[in-house]
Amino acid sequence: MSTNPVLAPSSDATVSRRGFLMKLGILFNGFAAMVLAVPVVGFLFSSVTRGRASGYLAWVPLGSVSDFPEGETRLATFRNPYVMPTDGKTVDTACWVRHIAGDHFQVFAINCAHLGCPVRWFQQSGLFMCPCHGGAYYRDGSRASGPPERGLFEYPHKVENGLVTIQAGELPTPGAAIASLTGGKPPCAS
Amino acid sequence: MRIMIGKIGEWFDHRLQLAAPIREAAEHPVPRNTASWFYVFGSAALTVFLLQLVTGILLALIYVPSAGEAWSSLQALNHQVALGWFIRAMHGWGSNFMVAIVLIHMVQVFLFGAHKFPRELTWVIGVFLLLMTLGMAFSGQVLRFDQDAYWGLGIGASIASRVPIIGPFVVKLMLGGPIIAGSTLSRFFALHVFVIPGLLIAFVGLHLLMVLKLGINEWPMPGRIVKRATYEREYHALTRQEGAPFVPYAIWKDLFFAGFIILAIAACAYYFGPFGPTGQPDPTIIQTAPKPDYFFLWLYALLSLLPPSMETPFLLIGPAVAILALILLPFLSGEGEKSWKRRPIAVLTVLLIAIILGTFTRLAQFAPWSPQMNAWSGDPVPDRFVHGTTALERQGALVFQVKQCRNCHSLVETGGKRGPSLDAVAVRLTQDQLIRQVIQGGGNMPAYGNNLSPAETTAIVAFLETLHPAGQAPAHDASREIVLRDSSQKAPGTQQ
Repeated sequence: MSTNPVLAPSSDATVSRRGFLMKLGILFNGFAAMVLAVPVVGFLFSSVTRGRASGYLAWVPLGSVSDFPEGETRLATFRNPYVMPTDGKTVDTACWVRHIAGDHFQVFAINCAHLGCPVRWFQQSGLFMCPCHGGAYYRDGSRASGPPERGLFEYPHKVENGLVTIQAGELPTPGAAIASLTGGKPPCAS
Repeated sequence: MRIMIGKIGEWFDHRLQLAAPIREAAEHPVPRNTASWFYVFGSAALTVFLLQLVTGILLALIYVPSAGEAWSSLQALNHQVALGWFIRAMHGWGSNFMVAIVLIHMVQVFLFGAHKFPRELTWVIGVFLLLMTLGMAFSGQVLRFDQDAYWGLGIGASIASRVPIIGPFVVKLMLGGPIIAGSTLSRFFALHVFVIPGLLIAFVGLHLLMVLKLGINEWPMPGRIVKRATYEREYHALTRQEGAPFVPYAIWKDLFFAGFIILAIAACAYYFGPFGPTGQPDPTIIQTAPKPDYFFLWLYALLSLLPPSMETPFLLIGPAVAILALILLPFLSGEGEKSWKRRPIAVLTVLLIAIILGTFTRLAQFAPWSPQMNAWSGDPVPDRFVHGTTALERQGALVFQVKQCRNCHSLVETGGKRGPSLDAVAVRLTQDQLIRQVIQGGGNMPAYGNNLSPAETTAIVAFLETLHPAGQAPAHDASREIVLRDSSQKAPGTQQ
């Protein structure tokens, strides 16, 4: 602390001691801000970086094969593998399981490939219909009509020890990884 | 007593030194013709914003921003806490009023040329205030954590995911994780309660400061041209020489309108009650038809009516272009006529946008593009379509219902509106065309070939052929009889 009561700024040409110290102080705070920015940015983007590193995806059992009669499409629910304590019911997710024959299955995301609304299965007409903008899909998930540009999202699945298991954990969206994993289907396949 | 109060006031002002600047701000001269009922919307928006702050803080006393408990805390507010329903209703209706008043304010200042020199920055900040208001409206809808909020977030995520390359990362950043869950609600809570209101307060402060420093826009006179070189001198004459102090000359109208708006919100809150919450945010309950609040209904309609190939470019480029156009507006037309009477294109633009938004909003209330999920099991086939029909045609009517055709096609105004009404379909399509349409689909109709047996197809087409107004013959292919006759001669016994 200085007791010198000099308040007048020094002329522009010379670098005063105080002017230099102020600049140094600003620089020092800039350095401190940069140090602090590392954890702050890391924290802010943790939801993105975690998904890239260890990933959110995991294999989740949906039920035994006998729960899904052959030739039918049934609603199944599973608990999302990545859970936070405050998630409540939101981690319970629904999906449509189509048992084609034997170990041959298709598991569709509940989310319409247009904007993610929950599609409903109509056994009689063999169609999935979306309540939001009228997207419709055939029983194999391929696009039938309406605004969706592709078929329903499919979860990768396997049958192990009589259990139908899917790889899930991320909200399927038109741009998400799951979309690129499975890809769209030709619209006329049925 | 008055002397006592005066002395206390002096004591404070000796230390705060605020009385003089406040008096100066209150009594700053304004052009006389701005004391108009057209100039009350800005202060009304500020009033509603303050009301939202107060009711929002009150709601936060009870609301729990946790995905597991938010819905129940809203139920408690509605049913358990005394007058909780009223505070929720005030906040919800306040939000609707705020969006509406901010839009009206924007239209008014645009038509009065208030965005022109030297108030360009005031307009630009106003554009940010509009975006923040819409951000508050959307995030507020998310905090009402019900089915609509949950699936609304899904729609938001689906739109965000379409951004090239970084889409999937934007989704995770927006949701705070891989799915819509606890972190999603928490981050929208932080946005709605801390981030956006903080920015709003700062920007509203700047907006007001600039209105004080630059002066309120004078009433635009046709022919009085804004020029950068002379405007400020002319405005100075309007205020310093002919003007009147804002308080009380102009403020009484603001006060009356503010009071009227508060009472109007309270009346709506009292009569219509709070918004929702609708069903629980349980993603395993899929019997839901989510819809956004009214200020985003136009977007909901647009997303259904755009051709699929145009949707993504439109969603990603459209908002950027619109915001850029609004920001650039005062720089592109910073001078010239202010009066709407001499700016026909400005008036037409406002009308066009209003009509487009109004039409889409109205359409979205009916949502004719959504299948009626229960029409097939719930809506009866009208008597006149089955009266006096053959067994085959009745069987066809049954197939028509069972195969959910009714979900998209109406009979006598009941049923879905996704596809055309079938009341007179037999007049439009011949038998062959009906069969082709049912089996192959097309024109946005799914193909039913894999889901109908030949017998069912025959039955349903027989039923569809009866659907024509009395006295109007069904369409028929004139060449068909000849072709059939020829082919039956070649191969006797062939059925039609």
